[in-house]
Amino acid sequence: MKLALGPLLYYWTRKRVLDFYDEVAAAPLDIVYLGETVCSRRHELRLPDWLDIGERLAAAGKEVVISSQTLIESESDLKTLRRIAEQARFRVEANDMGAVRLLAGSDGWVAGPSLNVFNDHTLGMLVELGARRFVAPPEMAGEALARVRAAHGQPLETEVFAFGRLPLAYSARCFTARHFNLQKDNCGFRCIEFDDGLALDTRDGRPFLTINGIQTQSARVHNLLGDLPALADAAVDILRISPQAHHMAAIATLFADAVGGRRAPREAFDASRALMPAEACNGFWHGRAGIDEYVA
Amino acid sequence: MAIELVCPAGSLPALKTAVDAGADCVYVGLRDATNARNFTGLNFDDRALADGVAYAHARGAKVLLALNTYPRSDNWARWTAAVDTAAERGIDAVILADPGLMRYALRTHPSLRRHLSVQGSATSYEAINFYHEQFGIQRAVLPRVLSLAQVEQVIAHTPVEIELFGFGGLCVMVEGRCALSAYATGESPNCNGACSPGKYVRWEQTAAGMEARVNGILIDRFAADERAGYPTLCKGRFAVGSETYYAIEEPTSLNTLELLPEIARMGVAAIKIEGRQRSPAYVGQVTRVWRQAIDRVAHEGDRFRPDAAWLRELARVSEGQSQTLGAYHRPWK
Repeated sequence: MKLALGPLLYYWTRKRVLDFYDEVAAAPLDIVYLGETVCSRRHELRLPDWLDIGERLAAAGKEVVISSQTLIESESDLKTLRRIAEQARFRVEANDMGAVRLLAGSDGWVAGPSLNVFNDHTLGMLVELGARRFVAPPEMAGEALARVRAAHGQPLETEVFAFGRLPLAYSARCFTARHFNLQKDNCGFRCIEFDDGLALDTRDGRPFLTINGIQTQSARVHNLLGDLPALADAAVDILRISPQAHHMAAIATLFADAVGGRRAPREAFDASRALMPAEACNGFWHGRAGIDEYVA
Repeated sequence: MAIELVCPAGSLPALKTAVDAGADCVYVGLRDATNARNFTGLNFDDRALADGVAYAHARGAKVLLALNTYPRSDNWARWTAAVDTAAERGIDAVILADPGLMRYALRTHPSLRRHLSVQGSATSYEAINFYHEQFGIQRAVLPRVLSLAQVEQVIAHTPVEIELFGFGGLCVMVEGRCALSAYATGESPNCNGACSPGKYVRWEQTAAGMEARVNGILIDRFAADERAGYPTLCKGRFAVGSETYYAIEEPTSLNTLELLPEIARMGVAAIKIEGRQRSPAYVGQVTRVWRQAIDRVAHEGDRFRPDAAWLRELARVSEGQSQTLGAYHRPWK
């Protein structure tokens, strides 16, 4: 099983992003997804900067993939999307059907987690159009995924969101700007102040969600370290670790040790608790409410 | 071309009310997870569907069948059977979200008209044209995320007819890209066709007020003088920083009546009214207002102003008794 680092979902300063990927270059990760997938207003790094980081990571032996923006609204969003699709240096992860249209016919692109691929018919269609890897929707249960893979029949790289706050929803509205009573067009880029997102709690004080600009995430950290045997049974090839502000290399090492058999999955999971910004959950993988922490 | 008025019906009486009130099209769903309003006691069995199609067709109206959830590999056959049912019952178009199912519909029933559901999350002409080229989609329903200027851009770059939400409950998240309900309850809008389902809702009077929970998660708490609305996950009050407020969206309805001249001018093909889960009375009231408005805008164009009586009528049936222009009006974002 390979390890992938998903695209950075938060907005960090340029220096911090560059330092982060220097650390990533040395971490036990096989694949790194790069690019801004959440909000086109974020500008600390532009596409050429991401491509530069990609070159450095490629030189460090990583497979680099450029991820496209999930919610496309404007003509300028489309312009960026076309530039991503047209660059031939790195593979591309398509995160909406507009990206799929631009990539169709080229070989080797990645069908991203927001494409809602829930069955083998849709998967087969994307493979015909050149997809060579598929990232399951985070809400998809392991059992359902195993059935899609079995029904598809052909070899195909399958990736699962295995660690991090879950990307749950996207909106035209920026909830960080709303929190500060700002309009999105004059947002002041306040999301840069929250390196793991902005906590949203229930009125009885329990963590529920995380605000990250136009994206809403879980408060809990989805963590499948303890479920590695089941992931292997479901023929999962790649585990996606979603960037968080701290302890990223340590998390990656725990996954690498567990995947490599140097550490028991359950023990690795227990060790990961101290490295997460919140409680763990894994309900989606078990076909339950995503917020649940389920131990078989 | 006149704008088509597309109205919701969760039951045969609602369908008949919509047709009688002047709907050009009525959209309906079957009694299972194949559609995005999979609620107990709602929707059409085979008999009601046949009666509804006969009633609408006899009066010159169309019936659209929403099959706009995502089948999994293990329950695929139920969705294809629903497409077959649509073709056999003379449904005028199926409203689909899953590409695999679109391909099935195209290959098995090529003459059955195919619309792209809002659940398909197509927000650009590149995405819409993808569905058009691959599956011959003839109409797309846009997610409620674009400003009117952005809608116009889409229309200018696609041969596909564009349908816009005009009135009703407002999804603040991109439809088809929201797993909040799946996260909180395990019931997914994408796969089960349910959001914040009633069987997970618990009301409890406490010393602090009336509490509304979904699967144990406190969505809101109401003081004695507050109107307690349904605890849709994104429309509760939550604590962010030191403030407690509607952190995502207030309980509110979309109402675009005042934008109608602009919508008509830019060539929108159809206006959709949300609310298959609402009563026949709601369907009748909203349909009558929008029928008059669309007929009037066809004559008056930019001189069109909504009647004060219409606005009052729509305000009465709005969620939380408040209304918004949503993303069509850019500052909302």
